[in-house]
Amino acid sequence: MLKPSAAGLHRPTLIIGIALFAIAAITFNDARGMNIRANYGMGADAASYFVAAFFAVLGLGHLIAAFQPGIDAEQADWKAFGWVSLALAGLIAAIWLGAGFILGSTLLFAFTARAFGRKALVKDLVIGVVLAIGIFLLFNKLLTLALPMGPLERLF
Amino acid sequence: MDSLIYLLGGFATALEPMNLVFAAIGVLLGTAVGVLPGIGPALTVALLLPVTFKLDPGGSLIMFAGIYYGGMYGGSTTAILLNTPGESASVVTALEGNQMARRGRGGPALATAAIGSFVAALIATVGLALFAPLLVKVAVKFGPWDYFGLMLIAFVTVSATFGSSPLRGLTSLAFGLWLGLIGIDQLSGQTRLAFGVPNLFDGIEVTTLAVGLFAIGETLHVVSRHLFGQEKPIAIKGSIWMSREDWSRSWKPWLRGTALGFPIGALPAGGAEIPTFLSYTIERKLSKKPEEFGKGAIEGVAGPEAANNASAAGTLVPLLTLGLPTSATAAVMLAGFQQYNLQPGPLLFVQHPDLVWGLVASLFIANVMLLVLNLPLVGLWVRLLKIPLPWLYAGILVFASMGTIAANPSVVELLLLVAFGFVGFLMRRYDYPIAPVVVGLILGPMADGALRRSLQMSLGDPMILMQHPGSAIMICIAFIALVLPFLFRGLAKFRQDED
Repeated sequence: MLKPSAAGLHRPTLIIGIALFAIAAITFNDARGMNIRANYGMGADAASYFVAAFFAVLGLGHLIAAFQPGIDAEQADWKAFGWVSLALAGLIAAIWLGAGFILGSTLLFAFTARAFGRKALVKDLVIGVVLAIGIFLLFNKLLTLALPMGPLERLF
Repeated sequence: MDSLIYLLGGFATALEPMNLVFAAIGVLLGTAVGVLPGIGPALTVALLLPVTFKLDPGGSLIMFAGIYYGGMYGGSTTAILLNTPGESASVVTALEGNQMARRGRGGPALATAAIGSFVAALIATVGLALFAPLLVKVAVKFGPWDYFGLMLIAFVTVSATFGSSPLRGLTSLAFGLWLGLIGIDQLSGQTRLAFGVPNLFDGIEVTTLAVGLFAIGETLHVVSRHLFGQEKPIAIKGSIWMSREDWSRSWKPWLRGTALGFPIGALPAGGAEIPTFLSYTIERKLSKKPEEFGKGAIEGVAGPEAANNASAAGTLVPLLTLGLPTSATAAVMLAGFQQYNLQPGPLLFVQHPDLVWGLVASLFIANVMLLVLNLPLVGLWVRLLKIPLPWLYAGILVFASMGTIAANPSVVELLLLVAFGFVGFLMRRYDYPIAPVVVGLILGPMADGALRRSLQMSLGDPMILMQHPGSAIMICIAFIALVLPFLFRGLAKFRQDED
């Protein structure tokens, strides 16, 4: 759970505040470039201006909150976090490079299991392949959904 | 009277053998996924949406009803047998339910939860069938200005009134509204915030957002905090049946929970957390054995579980009659309707009465099936709780990403999904609520459209919002609800976490 932090500058809140200002600026800039005008009332840009202003106010709120005693997030295990990120990157790479759904899902499964403390990577890879083939057959063949194809998928 | 005839017609549809099979599959899938620790009803519905893609609207809506009620029921099983409730609405159930299970009374706890859910959902679904047509009669007369006022109330109550801090809730809402801007505006054809990426022209998919925030965000959060020291589900000893005393202590809490849950769930400020907490407090006060509370009092399971399920049926009232989702689960349900090009609202009752009443009838049937299937199958659900967490979360990620690329086969969609996952992780880590993002994404463009239509009709005069009493009152309510928490910080007593 979250713990109260010591007084002083609260960095995450400050960073989130700055990010909110950045989104406000992007949105404002995007709205200025809109060229379709409404005859009566508001055009499509009005909502953008509103959201940009909303973000700016919230950003300001975060800057003020950053100087008040806040709450600190818990210590995180960034190594495990990294394994899940790697698992997701593996899936994206497999789809991007056209290696197909089965390979991508196998990597996703095995690396995520690794992140949660499993050591038997080979066994998990096998389970991942079986699971992915099962899902592929069920959804592609039975429910005729189009999952990304790769060399492995064309065998079926 | 018309609605009764339609309801009977709905039953005729829902009782066809094929549709009964769909309902049964929905109930089983919904319960199975809902039972898994860490998965609440919103994620259950989002994960199972792709399964219903290729069915016809009638059949898949029926399956949907089963998934919805099944997911709700599954959550209570997790809460009773593990001390880790999958969703905030089951937190209260876990208080007494888990204590009962520890004292060897897991069976009666599950039974009172199941029968209480059944009774509550039955009464609340009757309430839905009676109340919805009345609301539709009012809602057909609504102008765009009234819808705008209503959406303002929903925005404020979902984000500012009950969250842990109004600043965080509003920031989540703003993020949702911002995502809602992305894509081609339906009224003018203007592209907003798409940065020339063709995949963004159609806007952000609600299911991609929900699955990213809930499934991937939750997985990253759990793994980063090393929360995977797995708890063993408590074995159920003895009879699962309730004794005579259990019955007599349960039936009044069921009815009181229903009376609390349905109306509060039906309000735009809905949600299941408040009625469950209220029900728990009331049962504790009224109980003849208050000393048992905290040590496994059956009233503390019966009341909140009934309240939880009644409010789930209650949220369907604004969803079906006004097209207004008031919880993350309802928002995902709305996305499910939109996938068949159905827009819930008063017009749906007029144009597709068969579908609406078929859905209501299926809710009744799903409810009966839950009661019949779940208690005998409890052994199966317990086995699901024993899946090792590494495989469980790995499987969740595989299934989540599969659903997204099956719905929308592109790398951009997958990148969005993963990006939302990281945002969801950060939001959990720094205690920002998730539901306002999903609600903002759905209601943002609707509110934008309603406001602009109002202004077109008044030739640009913003006073139109104040000239109609309905919208004027609703805008005032929204304003008061926005300002109050800043004035009385102590008022935000109920911390509304979501699944």
